Amino acid sequence: MGEKKKKIVKTIRVDVDKCNGCRACEVACSAFHAAPQYSSNNPARSRIRVIRDPLKDIYVPVYAGEHAKSECMGRDKYTIDGKEYDECAFCRASCPSRDLFKEPDSGLPLKCDMCESDPALSEPLCVQWCLADALIYEEREEEVEEEVKAEELETGLESLVNKYGMDKLMETVARMSISKKG
Amino acid sequence: MRYAETGFNLEVDLSRGNIERVATDPRDTELYLGGLGTNAKILWDRVPPEVEPFSPDNLLIFGAGLLCGTPATGCNRTIVSTISPQTLLMAFSMMGGFWAPELKYAGYDKVIIRGKSPDLVYLWINNDKVEIRDASHLRGKGAGETAELIRQELKEPKAQVAAIGLAGENRVYFASIEQGRSSASRGGIGAVMGDKGLKAVAVRGTKDINIARPAEFMELCSEVLKYIKFRNENPVPGVMPILAGLGSPQEMAVHDEKWHTENFMWGNSRTRRKDFWNQEVAQKWTETLDKMRTRLISCYNCPMKCGATISAPGLPTYMMKCFSKLTYTMAAMSDLDFGLRIAQRATEYGVDGFSAPQVMAFGLELYEAGILTDQDMAGMPSVNEERFYWLLDRIVRREGIGDVLANGTHWAAQQIGKGADAYAHNNIKKHEQLPLKLSMLNPIYFLMYATGEKINITQIEGQFPQAPFATREEREAFVKDWFQVPDEKFKHYLLDWEPRGEKSIPYYPTVEMSCHIVDWQERMHYIDDALGMCSGLSSFPLKPPYHIHNYPKFISAGAGIDMDEAKLTQAAKRYRTLVRAINIRRGMRRADEKPPENHWKKRFPELEKELLDTYYEFKGWNSQGIPTKASLHEFGLDYVAEDFVKRGILTDSEDEPSEKTSVEKELK
Repeated sequence: MGEKKKKIVKTIRVDVDKCNGCRACEVACSAFHAAPQYSSNNPARSRIRVIRDPLKDIYVPVYAGEHAKSECMGRDKYTIDGKEYDECAFCRASCPSRDLFKEPDSGLPLKCDMCESDPALSEPLCVQWCLADALIYEEREEEVEEEVKAEELETGLESLVNKYGMDKLMETVARMSISKKG
Repeated sequence: MRYAETGFNLEVDLSRGNIERVATDPRDTELYLGGLGTNAKILWDRVPPEVEPFSPDNLLIFGAGLLCGTPATGCNRTIVSTISPQTLLMAFSMMGGFWAPELKYAGYDKVIIRGKSPDLVYLWINNDKVEIRDASHLRGKGAGETAELIRQELKEPKAQVAAIGLAGENRVYFASIEQGRSSASRGGIGAVMGDKGLKAVAVRGTKDINIARPAEFMELCSEVLKYIKFRNENPVPGVMPILAGLGSPQEMAVHDEKWHTENFMWGNSRTRRKDFWNQEVAQKWTETLDKMRTRLISCYNCPMKCGATISAPGLPTYMMKCFSKLTYTMAAMSDLDFGLRIAQRATEYGVDGFSAPQVMAFGLELYEAGILTDQDMAGMPSVNEERFYWLLDRIVRREGIGDVLANGTHWAAQQIGKGADAYAHNNIKKHEQLPLKLSMLNPIYFLMYATGEKINITQIEGQFPQAPFATREEREAFVKDWFQVPDEKFKHYLLDWEPRGEKSIPYYPTVEMSCHIVDWQERMHYIDDALGMCSGLSSFPLKPPYHIHNYPKFISAGAGIDMDEAKLTQAAKRYRTLVRAINIRRGMRRADEKPPENHWKKRFPELEKELLDTYYEFKGWNSQGIPTKASLHEFGLDYVAEDFVKRGILTDSEDEPSEKTSVEKELK
């Protein structure tokens, strides 16, 4: 019994066939996110990277996503149309397994924020700088139900009750709430 | 803080294995900008004329342009400077690609190589960590192959690698330095790298390049991008397609080669084939290019797609750009399939795409003329195309006749004798030129060919249309949005320029106008070469996005150097004069400044003399082409004047040379 809410979904359509491998997107990104804005340039700080291997005809712009604290149990390696991509090539996470999407100095994770700023840009700067049209920005409105997921919560708690008993569980919740407040 | 530049050079002595990070003087940046300008200053200061190209004391300088590593679109040039084994003068070939920005991010503006390594080595620059590493396992490997192997062994897929192939290792005088889709090819700088025992320079950088006035600089960049978009959508009407747009001539994109194949010369720059291009050829060549071309590609931070990856069936993929598409094809009188295939091998060997095919065609012409004998050519196949592969293999290994041809047409002709020098007919300052032979002398091109010190016409021409428009209406339309001109007078020159009659070549543009036009064209190239800008977005095409009016703003906002048009012009004149001074000190004189005899059918000796006299004077050079004391003083180059006087090149009392020398001397 959720309430309907409107949400803007922002998408960057990446057409790898159009990418010319120039890395202007990396340039624009690192300049935009410099502090103060545009004061320095360094693609190693960019939140978009072009995976680029011209001899294999590989050109894939990838955006930095959520930081992952630990690496995956296994890794993937894709071959598409006979082109073998590097391990975890398309993954957007900054994770311990690689140096991608980390500040070169601090190692802190980077994440694409779609160039959120005030005043807002018409579209992310990487898209504006991509004259090859490999990056196209789209926005659409979606209606999503804001559900109160009571049932899910109850199911989870039920299993904890089964495991530890109701008393133990209530005691723990009480202690946690005190320590959080205190 | 230093802006746009890092303020540090990397000094590497390969004889002693010593590496130093040396702070540079910001005053030099103001005077000579960067890239070519500061390279020239270093060569003047540290390489006296007694130093031979293959001496350990010769320097090999990889200089990133002043604005490389900033967001300025298309600014990615590495200017490689040294003393050329072919011309014995200063070589300053450049390469695009991704190397220069990476060097900046590693924290250096230049890598200055001196000495010689006893064993083949490569240099690995990883931010502050710089190592000289063993390259014995890379001996004989192709340039592209070497780059891949180095990236793999360093486990650094993002490292940018500039490498030589077999030609450089064996000191072929037209050996190139290859770097992905780009190369620094002219002047035999790859031979100097090989002589130093340096197989490659790999670089990776993750540091910042700072911008002095960030918002202003980004606004300038956006304007340039907007104008590129506009120009891409609005090609210049009334000129041939390859001159209508921006970038290098779009050789990788176009199929229609009627203009090149019917106007440029085939063989050893000999034969014009006026009816070559027909439907059958067009169809076959289109199929070839479509089959082999995988993708159009770009240099760092540039939307133009001037290069391509080429995969010929059965051969490894390589990258190509510009006119090397046709140089092998036309030298061998063959087809595009042959041209794209042999270019794969030539690129891995690392040879200049202009000189190499011409040298091979020259060798075969000498054989046909009986000057080279069956004995000289023992083992040569009988099929024409196979002969070119055979010669290429011999040249880069310096085997048999290849050892002679490896010195280029000029020196090979000297060595062969028997009248061979008549066949080395397409050189200026001992360097092979574009295979182009024309009818009527063009005064602008005469001056550019004669006095250009990059010794390649594409590296001095641009901006001003190559030929007059047929009608007044077309001219008026052209000048309407021609805001790139430094002065309104250039519009009038063009408006009055007619294809025929009184106001046509060779007497119009007049001598004086020609001087101004050449000076403008050359100045823009020199500015590009100091900033690291691709000439394809600036000095080469008509109506480019970078010009004399916005460049000072880019330098001010980017590098924080107070700059205006006058000051920038003065700086460009300063280091342009310094380049000349280096060459004058090495013996270059008026006698060396002449286009090939047969470049034009119709020559005008008196007019040519007047052109050169007037241009020399206009530039502040004396009748021998030597900068005068007064002009050196004006550019703040009194130290050059002092040196000239000390060496007897200028005398104390007057500016005429006390002794006329010439660059003609044998290499040891």
